[in-house]
Amino acid sequence: MSDKTTTPREITFRVRRFDPNVDAAPHWSEYRLNVYDGMTVLEALHEIKAQQEPTLSWRSSCRMGVCGSCGMFINELPMLACQTQVLHLGTDVVSIAPLPNYDNVKDLVPDLAPLIEKHAAVKPYIIYLDQIEIDEPTGEFLQTPDQREEFSQFTHCIKCGLCLAACPTVATDPLFLGPQALAQAYRYTADNRDCGLKDRIEAIDIFHGPYQCHLAGACSQACPKGVDPAFGIQLLKRALVLDSIGFGKKKSSVAKVSPLADVVKQIEEFAPPPRTVGK
Amino acid sequence: MNSNKPTAYNNRLGIKGWVYAGKYTFERYLYLGHRLTGMGLIAYMLLHIIETANRMRGVEAWEGLMGLFASWPFKIIEYLLFAAAVFHALNGVRLLMTELGFFLGKPKEPVYPYSSSIKRHRPLTYIIMALAGLIIILGGSSLFFP
Repeated sequence: MSDKTTTPREITFRVRRFDPNVDAAPHWSEYRLNVYDGMTVLEALHEIKAQQEPTLSWRSSCRMGVCGSCGMFINELPMLACQTQVLHLGTDVVSIAPLPNYDNVKDLVPDLAPLIEKHAAVKPYIIYLDQIEIDEPTGEFLQTPDQREEFSQFTHCIKCGLCLAACPTVATDPLFLGPQALAQAYRYTADNRDCGLKDRIEAIDIFHGPYQCHLAGACSQACPKGVDPAFGIQLLKRALVLDSIGFGKKKSSVAKVSPLADVVKQIEEFAPPPRTVGK
Repeated sequence: MNSNKPTAYNNRLGIKGWVYAGKYTFERYLYLGHRLTGMGLIAYMLLHIIETANRMRGVEAWEGLMGLFASWPFKIIEYLLFAAAVFHALNGVRLLMTELGFFLGKPKEPVYPYSSSIKRHRPLTYIIMALAGLIIILGGSSLFFP
């Protein structure tokens, strides 16, 4: 929340507007607003909408960097509007545009459909070869903290799409899978419960796959959750190279803690004694 | 199907998206340099084939062409070509090492302020770029002041 006890500073917001019902191309509009210490770009947009321009459109939800809805191109960098404090930007004029590399639906609203489609294409789920075990599990999978650490960083992705907006390869190659999907492909490939690299390779080891990444690092710079997708892509490349020379993970390295039947038996063994009072 | 349905605006950055590195980090500029020098080297290879094909037009034509290449403007172009090759080769070594997972550290739970693999391998980046700069300077001194 902004601190209204401090002296406000007048900031000019240059907002890119586009209404598909009226405009053939986007244009810029300027709004002046008194900004208080701690006020986020999202709060500023709400103020502008309430006081000056009721038709201004954007997408947002949680206001705390969890939902990933309010990604915008703020002062020429992709950021979450709810996590960006206006005065921390250090400029008297703040430019706000929709995320680049996505179709612009209206004003600051990008069409994130390609992000979700690419994410789905890399099979972002654990693939376990034994379908009977999946349908009728006989035990719990064992995963040590070290095994979890191998991919844990990449599970923090909130699918805000900032990384694709920052990626220079996505800018010219719309078919490039992009940092988000490739990092998620690594997240599941590195999981010791997964044995689906062979299945996943068809989707990721393609011309528009990880080797289009030349480590610009812009995705990792833009990521608001520290996921470091560029790192995930490099580790995915290594996994593909190792697999191609026969050193890849052949199958799931997961072990069972114990059969479920044994767990049930143990629970029965350690059950409290029967009540002797108040029967 | 409603033909008057409003259409979204194509907001893809295109060529500008990879040529303009803007406020991104040092590695983003290396990405640009790697692509530009790569394209330059491919263009040179094509020109080199055309150039050597001149030998078929006889000794006089060949020697005339070699005389042209000995002039100062061509020496500068040759130097730029050398610099592009050195940068592209050494930056390529850096990319190869990172693609095999070296010098990037290990994945770890992200804790704010976040550390990225890009920052962790930056010392290697600086060393390789310093080496490229040194070779380019030494190559220039031997080319212009033999």
